[in-house]
Amino acid sequence: MTAPHPGDGLGDTPRLDTGPPGAPAGGTGPAPRPGAGGGDLTVPVSEPGPVAGAEPGPDGWLRLHPRAVLLATLVTAGVAAGAGFPVLLGLAGAGWAGHGSGRLLGLALLPAGFALAVASGAVAGRVRWNRTRYRIGPERAELHSGILLVKRRSLARERIRTVDLVAPPLLRVLGLVKVRIGTGEHTGGGESTLELMPVGRAEGERLRALLLDRDRGPAPAGHPDGTLAALDPRWIRYAPVSFLAPVLGGAAAGGVMQVSEWFGAQSEVIDWVGERFRDTPVLWMVLALAAIALLTGVVGALGLWVEMWWNYRLDREPGGTLRVRRGLFTARSLSLEERRLRGVELVEPLGARLCGAARVDAVATGIAEDDEDKHADHKTLLPVAPRAVADQVAARVLREAVPPTGALLTAHPPAARARRVRWALGAALIPVAVLALLGALLTDVLLYVAGGCAVVLVPVALLLARDGYRSLGHGLTGDYLVVRHGSVRRSTVALRREGVIGWVVKQSWFQRRAGLVTLTATTAAGSGAYHAFDAGTGEGLEFAAGAVPGLLEPFLEPGPGAGTSG
Amino acid sequence: MTTTGGDAVRLRPPNNRLDGRAVRWWRTQWLLVFLGPVAVLAVLGALIAPARSWLLPPAGALAVLGAAGTVLFPRWWYGFHRWEVTEDAVYVRTGWLWQEWRIAPMSRIQTVDTVRGPLQQAFGLATVTVTTASARGAVRIAGLDHGLAADLAERLTRITRDTPGDAT
Repeated sequence: MTAPHPGDGLGDTPRLDTGPPGAPAGGTGPAPRPGAGGGDLTVPVSEPGPVAGAEPGPDGWLRLHPRAVLLATLVTAGVAAGAGFPVLLGLAGAGWAGHGSGRLLGLALLPAGFALAVASGAVAGRVRWNRTRYRIGPERAELHSGILLVKRRSLARERIRTVDLVAPPLLRVLGLVKVRIGTGEHTGGGESTLELMPVGRAEGERLRALLLDRDRGPAPAGHPDGTLAALDPRWIRYAPVSFLAPVLGGAAAGGVMQVSEWFGAQSEVIDWVGERFRDTPVLWMVLALAAIALLTGVVGALGLWVEMWWNYRLDREPGGTLRVRRGLFTARSLSLEERRLRGVELVEPLGARLCGAARVDAVATGIAEDDEDKHADHKTLLPVAPRAVADQVAARVLREAVPPTGALLTAHPPAARARRVRWALGAALIPVAVLALLGALLTDVLLYVAGGCAVVLVPVALLLARDGYRSLGHGLTGDYLVVRHGSVRRSTVALRREGVIGWVVKQSWFQRRAGLVTLTATTAAGSGAYHAFDAGTGEGLEFAAGAVPGLLEPFLEPGPGAGTSG
Repeated sequence: MTTTGGDAVRLRPPNNRLDGRAVRWWRTQWLLVFLGPVAVLAVLGALIAPARSWLLPPAGALAVLGAAGTVLFPRWWYGFHRWEVTEDAVYVRTGWLWQEWRIAPMSRIQTVDTVRGPLQQAFGLATVTVTTASARGAVRIAGLDHGLAADLAERLTRITRDTPGDAT
């Protein structure tokens, strides 16, 4: 694998606004760049003008990188090897059991099948490369693809909002990147994205700069372009407290069981583990196994964190684009047009919050939520970092002097706490009641289990309820509306007031009795709606009216009390 | 009913009621929803003699529930559902147990749709749906007279077109 050093990420090519983008990427890829490349790699474009260099092909049509064929071949070979290996093992196993001729035939056919698969992969890759063309015209970005059916797709350039470059290890070794051009619209399924897979790294950078460079006005003073945040390796200490660690631990344990079952050795594994713990009580065995699984999970979480966040950098580029670069093996470069930013969300998962840390997500329009590739990470601007750093980065991203996410918020009425306590008791006592009922009917053991559950669950539920209440808050600070809620995942959203495009006020029968109301600000960005749960009726409505002047006021009237019996 | 008094403001009801035929429309919907299961249970009960005691009581209970809902709920809903369109916003109040007020400013409206399902057509009704750029901010006015709905949609479209802004 390539040795990671800080300069080995994406985007280390010369800056496009200062130098020719077609310049070689300075030896960033281990593979030497061949001179013969169909000319598409070395298009001399001295500035990211509206029209791409017209030299390659008629009418400015460009091809994918010729190494796409090699890539397809390698991928097919990998898949074929992955599929062939178990077959080989199976044949070898059958051989031990003693079926002579069939085994030899199988062993002879296997390499032939492998070669056939690789060859067909190479041919398909070649045909695909031959039939895939793209063009960045003055008006539209176009892509023609498809082996049997020609698929023509085009995006209006003025609607293009994101150009993301992703280079998984194999592409990176080959000096290639995958380019994903998106309009950031939810409608029309996947039709709003063009994916160029693969192009050369320099070409990817050129496309990125070309497509995102537009009407750069004078940047607001006091917030210069440049690096807004860079990785502090000490942040890795928050990786083990994420929810990922136990999940990965469980997955590892499940994986061991699954793999051993494939090889018919599951009972042997269980026996072996039982053998290790023959002289210890069951409880200790369970605890030890859980500890081992958790430890595995922690190691996995650390590894994943390094892979995800190594070389992390958040930059503001000229022209108002925020750019996140990160990744150890898979280098990613994600861009976000600042114009689409409506605010930030400070996310504090429970473990991170206990350590005084938080993550910063962007609240922006047109981040594809249903992106199958890497959904949640797409909007993350800052990995889990100390709270003060997170606030500071949030302020820098929003071009504010004071972080809106750190503002003092209005607490919600005590009735909101009472509701949460009732929910918590209900959620904790229903399983206890079910267990107790079954215990009374069937066996006494369940009664003890019910008692144990009650002792454990009720305090935990009450703590969460209290914490959930304390998390509730809303307020207005400067140009931002801030709402906060959640206990296991506390989220503080600072939403630009002009980004609010409507209000939804909800009140259940219970809320009406308690004088509470749930206010929802709808917006084009992020999840589309941000809630202030269980605010006091009058105070909450005044907050909502104050947040967007003129929207709610015509529909408010002086109220004698909170109750409005329909 | 206890209230915490002293709230300075509350949301006023929107000006307009739905069309009176909406009550009948809702009633038909309820009837259809309940008729299916009740009919299935009753037919099975009539055909399968041994299971009769297991099938007919639920059928009866469902029938009673459905009838009560059919009589009561639409009337309550009709009392609560209201709508209003001003120069600046669309304002709708819906629900009954779970009450909901939705406000969409005119400047942020992206599309105005009129939909008429088969039942609505039978009653001469229509639904106007106003969507904004938010996936969760749509405002629906269900149960308008279809002529009124068409006029309203046209008026909303005109106002929206004349309002500057990119609606996000």
